[in-house]
Amino acid sequence: MKQLYTFVKKEFYHVFRDRKTLLMLFGVPIAQIILFGFALTNEIKGSKIIVVDYAKDVASQQLITRIGASKYFEVEKSFADHNQIEDAFKQGKIKLAVIIPQNFNDDILHFNKAQVQVIADASDPNTATTLTNYITNIVSDYQSSLTPNQKIPYRIVPQIRMLYNPELKGAPNFVPGVMALVLMLVCTMMTSIAIVREKEMGTMEVLLVSPFKPVFVIISKAIPYLLLSIINLIIILLLSVFVLNLPIKGNIFLLFGASTLFILTSLSIGLIISTVTTSQQSAMMASLMGMMLPTMLLTGFMFPVENMPVPLQVLSNIVPSRWYYIIIKNVMIKGLGFSAIWKETLILTGMTLLLLGLSLRNFKNRLA
Amino acid sequence: MRTLKFLLQKEFRQIFRDKIILRMIFLAPVIQLLILPLAANYEVKNISLAVVDNDHSTYSQKLISKITSSGYFRLTGYTANFDEAYQLIADDKADLILEIPQGFERNLIREDEQKLFVAVNAINGTKAGLGGAYLGNIIASFNGSIRTQLIQPDRFNPMPQIQVTSVNWFNPLLNYSFFMVPGILVLLVTMIAAIQSALNIVREKEIGTIEQINVTPVKKYHFILGKLIPFWLLGMIVFTVGLLLARFVYGIVPAGNVALLYFFLSIYLFALLGFGLLISTYCNTQQQAMSVAFFFIMIFNLMSGLFTSIDSMPGWAKIITDFIPVTYFIEVMRMIVLKGSGLADIKFHLAAVFALGVVLNTWAVINYRKTS
Repeated sequence: MKQLYTFVKKEFYHVFRDRKTLLMLFGVPIAQIILFGFALTNEIKGSKIIVVDYAKDVASQQLITRIGASKYFEVEKSFADHNQIEDAFKQGKIKLAVIIPQNFNDDILHFNKAQVQVIADASDPNTATTLTNYITNIVSDYQSSLTPNQKIPYRIVPQIRMLYNPELKGAPNFVPGVMALVLMLVCTMMTSIAIVREKEMGTMEVLLVSPFKPVFVIISKAIPYLLLSIINLIIILLLSVFVLNLPIKGNIFLLFGASTLFILTSLSIGLIISTVTTSQQSAMMASLMGMMLPTMLLTGFMFPVENMPVPLQVLSNIVPSRWYYIIIKNVMIKGLGFSAIWKETLILTGMTLLLLGLSLRNFKNRLA
Repeated sequence: MRTLKFLLQKEFRQIFRDKIILRMIFLAPVIQLLILPLAANYEVKNISLAVVDNDHSTYSQKLISKITSSGYFRLTGYTANFDEAYQLIADDKADLILEIPQGFERNLIREDEQKLFVAVNAINGTKAGLGGAYLGNIIASFNGSIRTQLIQPDRFNPMPQIQVTSVNWFNPLLNYSFFMVPGILVLLVTMIAAIQSALNIVREKEIGTIEQINVTPVKKYHFILGKLIPFWLLGMIVFTVGLLLARFVYGIVPAGNVALLYFFLSIYLFALLGFGLLISTYCNTQQQAMSVAFFFIMIFNLMSGLFTSIDSMPGWAKIITDFIPVTYFIEVMRMIVLKGSGLADIKFHLAAVFALGVVLNTWAVINYRKTS
């Protein structure tokens, strides 16, 4: 026990003396929370558009004013000629063009029927559809404002209520995602590198010939990162409660318990990587290239897993962060208890045991 | 010149001898480019819907079958009351609840107006917003068809009607992979080039071999060029592999000039490698270099406009994106590949990335010292 204590102390010295790494370890979650909280939104607004007004009459002016007043659009300027539209798209200046044909007002007054043309830059399909919908809504609002007193017969009015997140804020969705991403990163990448580093520098041999058990070498490597991850977790939770005003609805001990389990899973992935690689560079490539993008994309917090093709949905089952993400969402946002997450907890436990077993076996093999 | 040749020879040997890294440099992007665009899809379909039908009338049945046949919704629950449906949402078995009140059909005919209740799981704001909007559209069109059934329409429109006709340029089928693949390719090239260059000099520092170079008459810029050129080439090759994959797997044929694309890439890599070098001159161990590189790459990825729109960001965030080279390259990729933009269209991007490259590289060369 005393030996283990000494070794853990050695590892802590390693970690704390490297100020730059330490700063980055805590900088990553803070930067992510701030970016996701204040800079990134899935909402599409402030898109630059142009309006080509051939009508230049009362109705077209009213419509343009309405479009300009919407927070979704910034009307750049009006071109006289639609031939300039293509150039504007190619320069990436605008996302959408609205063309109002001649005699717009007359058509409305005399025929009760008029047209507006919309050209969208569909190189970004999502934005194109959303913006076209916004324009359609503005136009139909304008249309109903023309005849304010007419009542539409047989009307069905859907009343929509948003559960859990009535303001449609991004935070309830991304905070669990950031937690999964950061814990995964710190544990997997840092542990694998810390171990491989001793291999690369040759100091691993020194440790292995000492009377200290090899398993304890690994355990003492993992403990500092376990602790750092828990500190990171606390930072993220504090930021989300006090900066983003996202309360923790469920049991906080359950949250920490599940997180510790996930930290252990990530640590064991780090161990596996460290047993199969020999240089820090390759350990890093494996954990960064192999883990980061899949974790970001297959966890489900950026893109819903149900929309993916079936083989990918199957593949996402082996990404541990996917299960952790479900747990956090259920406990933190929905406020559910253990009965709602027992299945995910069991899966994570199984993964951890499997990974740990594999890495310990590999580690022994290497000694022989 | 001869010195540079020997240095390059050394660097290439080092790269080619590490088979694991070499494999990862080429295999990882290929695999990720094959898998990730399938995952990165904002199109929302297969929304799970739970229905609470308190009316059991012809209309309520018609409405339900209209919703399920739209292709966006999957009926996953048909419950007797709202509480059971709510439990389905808590268990993530349903995303949306549609509650049809008792007397729906009768009230609609008698009172001219009837309400429907929709509850959405809004933890994922995008999905909730889109799902609610789809359902609203379907209900509106159901409403329209009922109205035309009940009332004989006039020959002329009684009310003014403004039609919106929309055209989707550059990607008429709204194929999402056309949008994602070029962007993901940029991220992959960025990650490989930035990390490899950031780690390389630091590795020599950590192992101690940099001392051997420091005591030779090799000039500062020779040494740095010797480090830059191999990774510059590597970035070019990875990019080419990715472009071929995009061509043959996703059917993305660049609409614009490919030579222009490579011209931009070469300047972009110059800026990016300068960034990697700068990191490596400030760090002493690979672990440090990696965590610093990771920190910045993460910010680059998130703010590059690949996943979320830059237009929607607040002013301060937009200013930050002006200093991120990845932003420019993703934009240029989309402009050249999808819209066929020419040199005149991207000249501003080109100038910005070139300026960033000059600043970063100069900074790195000044900061690199042969004495420690």
